[in-house]
Amino acid sequence: MADSIDTRFRHLRSRTPEHSNHQLAPDQQPVDLEPVGLESAKLRVSRRSFLGGIGATSLIAGAASLANAAPLEEPTQEQTEAAGATTLTLRVNGKEYPLKNLDPRATLLDTLRERIHLTGTKKGCDHGQCGACTVHVNGRRVNSCLSFALMHEGDEITTIEGVGQPGNLHPMQAAFVEHDGYQCGYCTSGQIMSAVALLKEPIGSTDDEVKQAMSGNICRCGAYTNILAAVKQVRSRA
Amino acid sequence: METFNYVKAPSVEKALASIQEAKFIAGGTTLVDLMKLHVETPKTLIDINLLPLEKIEKLPDGGLRIGAMARNSDLAWNEEVKKSYPVLSEALLSGASPQLRNMATTGGNLLQRTRCMYFREPGAGTPGGYGCNKRTPGTGCAATDGFNRMHAVLGTSDKCIATHPSDMCVAMAALEAVIHVEGPKGKRIIPIAEFHKLPGDTPHIENALEAGELITYVDLPKPVEGAKSTYLKLRDRASYEFALASAAVVARVEGGHIRYIRIAMGGVGTKPWRSREAEAALMGKAANEATFKTAAQAALAKARPQKDNAFKVELAKRCLVRSLKTATATA
Repeated sequence: MADSIDTRFRHLRSRTPEHSNHQLAPDQQPVDLEPVGLESAKLRVSRRSFLGGIGATSLIAGAASLANAAPLEEPTQEQTEAAGATTLTLRVNGKEYPLKNLDPRATLLDTLRERIHLTGTKKGCDHGQCGACTVHVNGRRVNSCLSFALMHEGDEITTIEGVGQPGNLHPMQAAFVEHDGYQCGYCTSGQIMSAVALLKEPIGSTDDEVKQAMSGNICRCGAYTNILAAVKQVRSRA
Repeated sequence: METFNYVKAPSVEKALASIQEAKFIAGGTTLVDLMKLHVETPKTLIDINLLPLEKIEKLPDGGLRIGAMARNSDLAWNEEVKKSYPVLSEALLSGASPQLRNMATTGGNLLQRTRCMYFREPGAGTPGGYGCNKRTPGTGCAATDGFNRMHAVLGTSDKCIATHPSDMCVAMAALEAVIHVEGPKGKRIIPIAEFHKLPGDTPHIENALEAGELITYVDLPKPVEGAKSTYLKLRDRASYEFALASAAVVARVEGGHIRYIRIAMGGVGTKPWRSREAEAALMGKAANEATFKTAAQAALAKARPQKDNAFKVELAKRCLVRSLKTATATA
C-alpha cells in the first residue's frame, strides 16, 4: 500500500527537488500576490520550504510540539480594538505567522493562499457553496472563504498541509488514494478536511448519514461513490 | 468588496458603543457573502465573536436559554435540544452544510437574508442592474416579472416576494421562542412572531430590531408535556439546499384528539410562517388525514402564487399533512 501511495504522489514531489528545499533559484521564488509582501525575507515562507522544514508528525500532533516557533508578543487590547487594525498573527498548522498591512477584506482563504502561501486550500465558488476552501478552526471544519482573517487571531487553524504529507499521509488521505476519491483533484483537499473533521462529529453510520455529512463539499467530477468508500473505510477502522 | 473598519468587541457594552454605520459580524456566513456581492457595504464591522454568549442552558422555569453566539451545530447537537425540542435540532441539521453550521450563530440565523437572486445580484441583468426594493428601496421588484420559482406565496406584497430562507426560525416560530435584545435604550424582549416583518411597502425593514440593537439570547418556553415535534423540509436536492416548502409541527394528541398544536412553515412565506389558521382547524379535532387536509387547506388559503411557483401551494399542503402524520403518530 505504502509503495502505491508513494508512486501516486511522485508527481507532487517531483516539483520539489530535495536540494532546493531552502534555496530556490531566483525565478522559482514564490510570488506574493498581495500588494504588500511579507515582512521580511526571514518570514517569506513558501509552501515548499514550509513543507520541507517541518515534520508531518509534529504537524499532526499540533501546536505545542513546535518548540522553535518564535514566541510572539500578545497584541495589547489597544491594538486589537483599533479601528482598521491590519496587523495580526495567524496560527496555522502549529506555526505562527505574523502578518502586517493586512487588508481587512482579506478572507482567511486568501490569506492562507496569498500571504502564507499554503496553497493546498482551494478557492472554488468563494461564497460558501462548494467546500473547496474547507479548513479546521479550533478543530472544527469551516469555509475559509466566508471569514475574514482578522477574525482568527488566537485560533488554531489547520489546513490540508497540516493533516499529512506525502510519505506520512493521514489515514483519510491514504484512503482517498486507495479508493480513487477524486478525478481532477481540485475539491480533494476540502473533501479530506471535511472527512477528517466528521470523524469527531456525532454522525450515524449509514451511507445516507455520511453523504449528508459530506454534502457541503461539491465534486464536479462526481467522485462521490469513491469518496464515500474512503470515508467509510477510515471510520470503520477508527 | 467595499473596504471597512474592523473593531473587535470584548463586551456587549463595547459592541453597542461603536455601532454607528456599523454591522455586527458573528459567523459571517451571510454577511461576508453579501459583502462580496456588494449588497452589504458596512463602513465598520464589529466582531462579536469574543462575546460570552455561546452557552445553552436550562432556565429555572424549565425553558432553555440559547446564547446568540451558540453555533448552529452546537445547538442542533445539544442533548437538551435533541430530547425536548427535536423540531429545532432537525430544522438546524436540514439547513446549510456542516461547515456553515459550525460558523453560523443563533443570532445570525435570525437575521439571515433572503436568497432571492435579484436581491443578491445588484450588478447583473438589465443596464443599471435588477431592481430590488429590499436592497435599494424604490427600485422595483425584478422578481415579480422575473424567474420566481423559489419565491414566496404567503405574505407577499407588490413591493417584494422574497422568501425567508431560514429553517431554524421556522422551528423557533412553532416553539414560540422569545428573543432578547440589548441596545442603546436598554434591554427588551421580542416574541419571534413579532420579530420578522412582512414586506408590505417597506421590504428593506426585515425585523423589529432598532438601530444599534444586538441579539443576546433566545429563550424557548418549557417543553409542552406529552407533545411530539417534527420538521419536514422538501427541496430540489436531498441536502444542502433551501426549502421549497417545509413544516414545523409541535402536537399533543390525547384520546385521538389534538389537544395542543403549533404550526410554522418555511420556504413559502416572506417571513417564518406561523399558521394560526391551520392550528385553529386542528385544535380539539380528531387526529386523522381528513382533519390534516382541512388544516393544510386553511394554511394555504391566502396563498398568492407567482407565475413560476404555483406548485408550492400544493407542495406545502402535502408537506404539512405529512408532518402532521409524523407528529401525531402513536407508536
